[in-house]
Amino acid sequence: MKAYDSVLMARAKDRPRVGDYIDAIFTDFFELRGDHLMGEDPAIYGGIALFDGRPVTVLGHRKGRELKENLACHFGMPEPEGYRKALRLMKEAEKFGRPVITFIDTPGAYPGKEAEEHGISDAIAENLAEMSTLRVPIISVVTGEGSSGGALAIGVADRMYMLEHAVYSVLSPEGFASILWKDSSLAPRAAEVMHMTAPELYCEGLADRLIPESPAGIEKDFTVTTNAIAEAIRDDLKELMALPADELVDARYEKYRHFEGKMAPATPEEGEA
Amino acid sequence: MVSEFAEKRKTLTGYKALREKKGSFSPLGDRLHLIFDGNAFVHLYHGLHTMDPLSFPGYEEKLDTTMKKTNATDACITGIGRIGGIPAAAAQLDGNFFMGSMSSAVGERLTRLIEFADEHALPLIIFCASGGARMQEGMYSLLQMAKTSAAIKRFKDYGGLYIAVLTHPTTGGVSASFAMLGDITLAEPNALIGFAGPRVIEQTIGEKLPHGFQRSEFQEEHGYVDAIVAKEDMRDTLHLLLKLHEYREGPLPVEGGMADESI
Repeated sequence: MKAYDSVLMARAKDRPRVGDYIDAIFTDFFELRGDHLMGEDPAIYGGIALFDGRPVTVLGHRKGRELKENLACHFGMPEPEGYRKALRLMKEAEKFGRPVITFIDTPGAYPGKEAEEHGISDAIAENLAEMSTLRVPIISVVTGEGSSGGALAIGVADRMYMLEHAVYSVLSPEGFASILWKDSSLAPRAAEVMHMTAPELYCEGLADRLIPESPAGIEKDFTVTTNAIAEAIRDDLKELMALPADELVDARYEKYRHFEGKMAPATPEEGEA
Repeated sequence: MVSEFAEKRKTLTGYKALREKKGSFSPLGDRLHLIFDGNAFVHLYHGLHTMDPLSFPGYEEKLDTTMKKTNATDACITGIGRIGGIPAAAAQLDGNFFMGSMSSAVGERLTRLIEFADEHALPLIIFCASGGARMQEGMYSLLQMAKTSAAIKRFKDYGGLYIAVLTHPTTGGVSASFAMLGDITLAEPNALIGFAGPRVIEQTIGEKLPHGFQRSEFQEEHGYVDAIVAKEDMRDTLHLLLKLHEYREGPLPVEGGMADESI
């Protein structure tokens, strides 16, 4: 299978959406809306639910099912209000000691006029900073396409899972090919060199778990996937909830501190006395 | 016939100007030279450079040529010096080097500087300028956003002062991470500051953007910038801000090193 086949599968119209995961894995979901500052952005969907009878905060990118919903959600591309809502929900989870589970599926943040006027950079940066010190466990699941800072803005986590045919990258392969090779039709070639598929990122240690999808198609036997996610969450929460908050936050810092490519020299202290 | 000749000459002049522009680079770390006493600072982490984590076709060659051409080892210069006698840590992203894009080495140099500033209780100043992520490093580049933001958050939580100075252009992943996390955010006049590029936005919304969109003055008006400061006033402004935050004059925490005396 080519990397670009995964890209297409990750984007498929009939691929399960955030609401499907929430319905399958959690119970008693109560949606929370609005950033309580400026507005409500449906491109982020979230609230409080029970997992194994324990309250958790869940949220994720919403792409929408029908065209009308797709358009309202900008096909899963949040505006600043969406990211600020996500942060509001996460801070509320922190206050009540609930773990946070996020579902990532976005082509990126919405590149619109209002998004810039309302500080999309500020909203994403704020989430990255705040998530890095959130005093409750965070687990992120990349379910479809994870693209650029718009994905990472709800994806700074203690554990990151990727579905077998999910992809995660610095930019879409189309954008990548158009920037580097001035030709977006070279996207399939870009996908090959970008190391964006779940198995590649898992092997490189950037993803912590690989979640299986039914060989017949994820939507054909969705429970294969949702059961595996639930089991992984159960497993990881047991470990993460046992850590004192300081240790949890320190471990998260260390995890991101050491995401680096190859560099030379490995421990260069030249210039320092 | 005459006009054809004139046209040809115009084109040639254009090529010449373009070639000169391409061949000229602003001096390495010019803004750091500008703000530090004696126009001098101690380089840190200069030797640390990226090594093509994805084995991306052609990247290593391009890194080599860019290093030779710019005399830089990556798109970020980090160091310490004194401003009106007050020791400070500062970094400058270098637009001449892969458009100031965020490589693993850029993220690592910044993070080390932030941790160094924290350890030695120095104020931190970062001159931001970037086209965004370093495409050739894929996810490793994206994750530098999380890494640098986490380091800044810690530094600030521990009581450090971070001043972000946004220069032309500050876009993409850099604008959506440490550039927007300053306790104080300054911007040079008329710098392009935004997440998405203007052309991408115009394509998305199908209309032309107004004049001045995403410029420093726009960001100030929308509440994301504290003050617009011209290059020539930067040193005095930073000195004032350090004094207002009660940082005091003193020696630099490291002796020797690669003191850089050039301008």
